[in-house]
Amino acid sequence: MKKVVLGVDQLRTQFNTADGTVHAVNGISFDLHEGEFLGVVGESGSGKSVTMMSLLQLIPMPPGEIVGGTANFHGEDLLAMDNDRLRQIRGGKIGFIFQDPMTSLNPVITVGKQLTESLGLHTDMSKSEAKARAEDLLNIVGIPDPKQRLKNYPHEMSGGMRQRVMIAMAIACTPEVIIADEPTTALDVTIQAQIIDQVRSLREDLGTAVVWITHDLAVVAGLADRVIVMYGGRIVEEAPVGALYNSANHPYTHGLLQSLPRLDQKGQELYSIDGQPPNMLNEPVGCSFAPRCEYAFDRCLTEQPLLRNVGLRHKVACHWDVANEVEVRLGDEVGEAQFEVTA
Amino acid sequence: MTSNSPTNEVLVKVTNLQRHFPITKGIVKRQVGAVRAVDDVSFNIYRGETLGLVGESGSGKTTVGRVILQLDRATGGSVNFDGHEIVGMDSSTLRSLRPRMQTIFQDPHASLNPRMTVASIVGEPLLEHRIGNHDERNATIERLLLQVGLHPSHANRYPHEFSGGQRQRIGIARAIALNPEFIVCDEPIAALDVSIQAQVVNLLEDLQQELELTYLFISHDLSMVRHMADRVAVMYLGKIVELAGVDELYDDPLHPYTQALHSAVPIPDPFHESHRERVVLQGDIPSPSNPPSGCRFRTRCPIAEDICAESEPAFREVRPGRFAACHFIEETAVSVPAGTIDDQASTV
Repeated sequence: MKKVVLGVDQLRTQFNTADGTVHAVNGISFDLHEGEFLGVVGESGSGKSVTMMSLLQLIPMPPGEIVGGTANFHGEDLLAMDNDRLRQIRGGKIGFIFQDPMTSLNPVITVGKQLTESLGLHTDMSKSEAKARAEDLLNIVGIPDPKQRLKNYPHEMSGGMRQRVMIAMAIACTPEVIIADEPTTALDVTIQAQIIDQVRSLREDLGTAVVWITHDLAVVAGLADRVIVMYGGRIVEEAPVGALYNSANHPYTHGLLQSLPRLDQKGQELYSIDGQPPNMLNEPVGCSFAPRCEYAFDRCLTEQPLLRNVGLRHKVACHWDVANEVEVRLGDEVGEAQFEVTA
Repeated sequence: MTSNSPTNEVLVKVTNLQRHFPITKGIVKRQVGAVRAVDDVSFNIYRGETLGLVGESGSGKTTVGRVILQLDRATGGSVNFDGHEIVGMDSSTLRSLRPRMQTIFQDPHASLNPRMTVASIVGEPLLEHRIGNHDERNATIERLLLQVGLHPSHANRYPHEFSGGQRQRIGIARAIALNPEFIVCDEPIAALDVSIQAQVVNLLEDLQQELELTYLFISHDLSMVRHMADRVAVMYLGKIVELAGVDELYDDPLHPYTQALHSAVPIPDPFHESHRERVVLQGDIPSPSNPPSGCRFRTRCPIAEDICAESEPAFREVRPGRFAACHFIEETAVSVPAGTIDDQASTV
């Protein structure tokens, strides 16, 4: 197995608002391996963006507060880092692509200036070298006529092109990790296809590890190596991409997949998950999904299910064993090793 | 999903519909051009069917919906609703037709008045059209709330107390309050979470069956349109480029834009995705204020030739019940056999 580049352990983030404490992230642990493409899927309010923003301390503090956990990046804890050190890492070793390029690019500075600025900060390139590199980068992300485009302001570009500029900025300093937060959600489907195409080929060329946050299970199906599904600020399931889509184990993942209409099939009535997403103002007790779950029993309401192994690198947080239709008791858990043998 | 049985009776007939927004300049507001949001669009909507209208942002699909209901005036063409010409109709006659055609908006946060209770929102159309007395109206409101899956005790609450999905239910209750025949659903699920989308779509389908509704379902979500619609029209830059029955359109798209759109939609199946042959369109959608000459899709079209810049392809019936606007439809159908893109994917 490849080396872990980013190891997150028990991350907890809260927002202290006038209405009370919003429990946005409630103990998230995961590893990101070298060159891995990790999809993080969840609905709005599931904590997927806050998790990733917390890692680089990009959440507004206050009201936000990281109340616990560690994030190990090359032996250093990102969550305990001071601002100066973080600035070296943000945009340098870890690149970010945000959802809306219109609000994340500076509207009064040319694209070229924004690109060379980060190169100047993170590398020891001269001005002319940085300029040449910026031109190069626009070329890499498929923007025609890069020399002219460097002189453009963001508003002079289309949405798809702005997102390409964001990608160029994210890869500018050849980062080890890129975190992409819903990078194609604001784009039309044909433009989304262009961007996905671009990301796919970049990934092959650069070998960067990517965390791709999305609400769209279909988008990561063709991109990711491994997918994490979040609900109510916790991970409910994580699995290699094939296993997740073919043998989803958590009732939420399963329901979500079944509720999607498919372009290539004309289905029957859509399966729908009843009820509403959880109110994050309530401190999570038991399983967050229990009120909407058709398998839920009393233990689900009081005791939080922990992630347990159900297959090779496939983990699920549920008290119910769907395959055998029995309750999973403490101590029943099996080690990962068992699956490695059978695989 | 064919949830209702469509009939052969035309309920809405749209002919050469046009909506140009003027671009003005200077203090005297001299017109210097026009955004051709909807340009010469013709189609029928049959009673009892769901016509899907798909397209990317800026294609004019929302404007079509608004002009059909005369929420926005047409600058040309005609809309015939059940024998009544409603373009240019005087407002009092139009008002008498209003109860028969309603709309559900995209954003349930923006389309409900935050200062009105649920009961007054749902009851407003009844009050406005003077239907029933106070008690009868209250009974109707209660019935409507139950019908859309809300509890009658919700009647005295305000919109902000509800989640997105519940708010959309309130909007649906308001839309069906006057027993309409025809509802324009303008991206009704686009603002909702994935697990809530299916709830609302199922509700719309149930209501269609119960109340014998006809829908114009406007969406950019091609997968959901496949699920909902009986027939589908595809728009690009203010024009309909293809219109066909849902299975024909998805299994055997004829227009190169429809084909590209299909291959751009991701499918939630990793195996499928990795074995798919993709047509990735180059470039962006041109501006509707300055559309390309001839065929509007030609700047991004993989099979465009000189003729596409010179003359605009007619929107014509290319197969029984199938309409498309492309100079090469016959050729496309021969050289690129039926549904190549989909076939390659489904044979693996």
